[in-house]
Amino acid sequence: MSDRRVIIIGSGPAGLTAALYTARANLKPLVIEGLEAGGQLMLTTMVENWPGHQDGVMGPDLMAAMRAQAIRFGAEIIQGNVETVDLSARPFSIKLSDAEYRTHSLIIATGASARLLGLPSERALIGHGVSTCATCDGFFFRGKPIAVVGGGDSAMEEAIFLTKFASHVTVVHRRDTLRASKIMQDKAFANPKISFEWNAEVEEVRDAGKGEVSALVIRNSQSGERKSLPVDGVFVAIGHNPNTKLFQGQLDMDANGYLVTHTGTRTNIPGVFAAGDVQDHVYRQAITAAGTGCMAAIDAEKYLEGLPQHLGEVQVSA
Amino acid sequence: MASEKVQTLTDTNFEQSVIKANQPVLVDFWAEWCGPCRRLAPTIDELATDYDGRVVIGKLNVDENPAIQSRYSIMGIPTVLIFKGGEIVEQVVGLADKSALKKLIDKHI
Repeated sequence: MSDRRVIIIGSGPAGLTAALYTARANLKPLVIEGLEAGGQLMLTTMVENWPGHQDGVMGPDLMAAMRAQAIRFGAEIIQGNVETVDLSARPFSIKLSDAEYRTHSLIIATGASARLLGLPSERALIGHGVSTCATCDGFFFRGKPIAVVGGGDSAMEEAIFLTKFASHVTVVHRRDTLRASKIMQDKAFANPKISFEWNAEVEEVRDAGKGEVSALVIRNSQSGERKSLPVDGVFVAIGHNPNTKLFQGQLDMDANGYLVTHTGTRTNIPGVFAAGDVQDHVYRQAITAAGTGCMAAIDAEKYLEGLPQHLGEVQVSA
Repeated sequence: MASEKVQTLTDTNFEQSVIKANQPVLVDFWAEWCGPCRRLAPTIDELATDYDGRVVIGKLNVDENPAIQSRYSIMGIPTVLIFKGGEIVEQVVGLADKSALKKLIDKHI
């Protein structure tokens, strides 16, 4: 088993940009692309804020192009889910279910995954009317009333997209104003098929007993009033959790589990870098993820330049 | 491109091929427009080869076979169901990796 100079975990905009830059630096990066390969953009439709595409670009097409571009310069991309990482010894060890790799530097771009409300009734109905992916599951709700839970850009995008199928979309939001950008708010407010439930907290998804969604029980946080909103489907778009479980106890994280970086993309372990949504709960854009992916590649390149010539013999205490 | 060992399941053959099967049957519910389903397809092909002769591995297109989709209230794909003796014994909604699916299959053979 030969040691790699750089391994990148994750294949969204951060991971693939890091792959492009490290490949062009002749570091022969290995990208482990994970179960949700391509990242969150694979679940979107038209991306209108990626600079250079003046008419927009489909999320999956953008990711396919980024992947092809990284491969063109020599990045190696494998499918697989990382099961454990050991950052306490060098080279670092990365274990998959059927393989193990060692690497002198690591770029973590594992991103973030959709968060759920955390209700037992919600979990029971995933795949039976509860979904976190409008572009995956919207087709099942042709002519039916549905709800979207959330108030951010993703919630508005899902709501607008779902009006193509659903008879009506109710946005259920726990505050009295949206967090979404002005342009997304305007689009949602202008859509005749979208209405809003404000200050509304979801208490239960019915009907877990029957194995299908029949209604949402929502409680108004101002009046305390409860009501049942009859819907056939619920799309949950209340944000994301960083995918950092693999690194617990090894890398510094903030209270919400995001990796903490300093002076660029460095983590608390020299040689380990983080890019994209896994270390960013503020901007969370494709372009910022790509930007930090580039930074991580440059940081990793500098780090590797500072190592002794015979990389395989390096012994550094962690 | 699907492996020849993967059986194409339909509203018409489901009873015979799945419910009355002598072996456990894994059914992958999918559709053309579903990106994650396309990601799962190579895994299903590999499972069909790995379990050839022991477990029936099949795919059901939910657009073309609404009766079965509605019978099992499949409202999200990909969904993988494993049947044994006509009953659902395992259910996985969303993408799953090969080792996770193998563990589930192995419980029933």
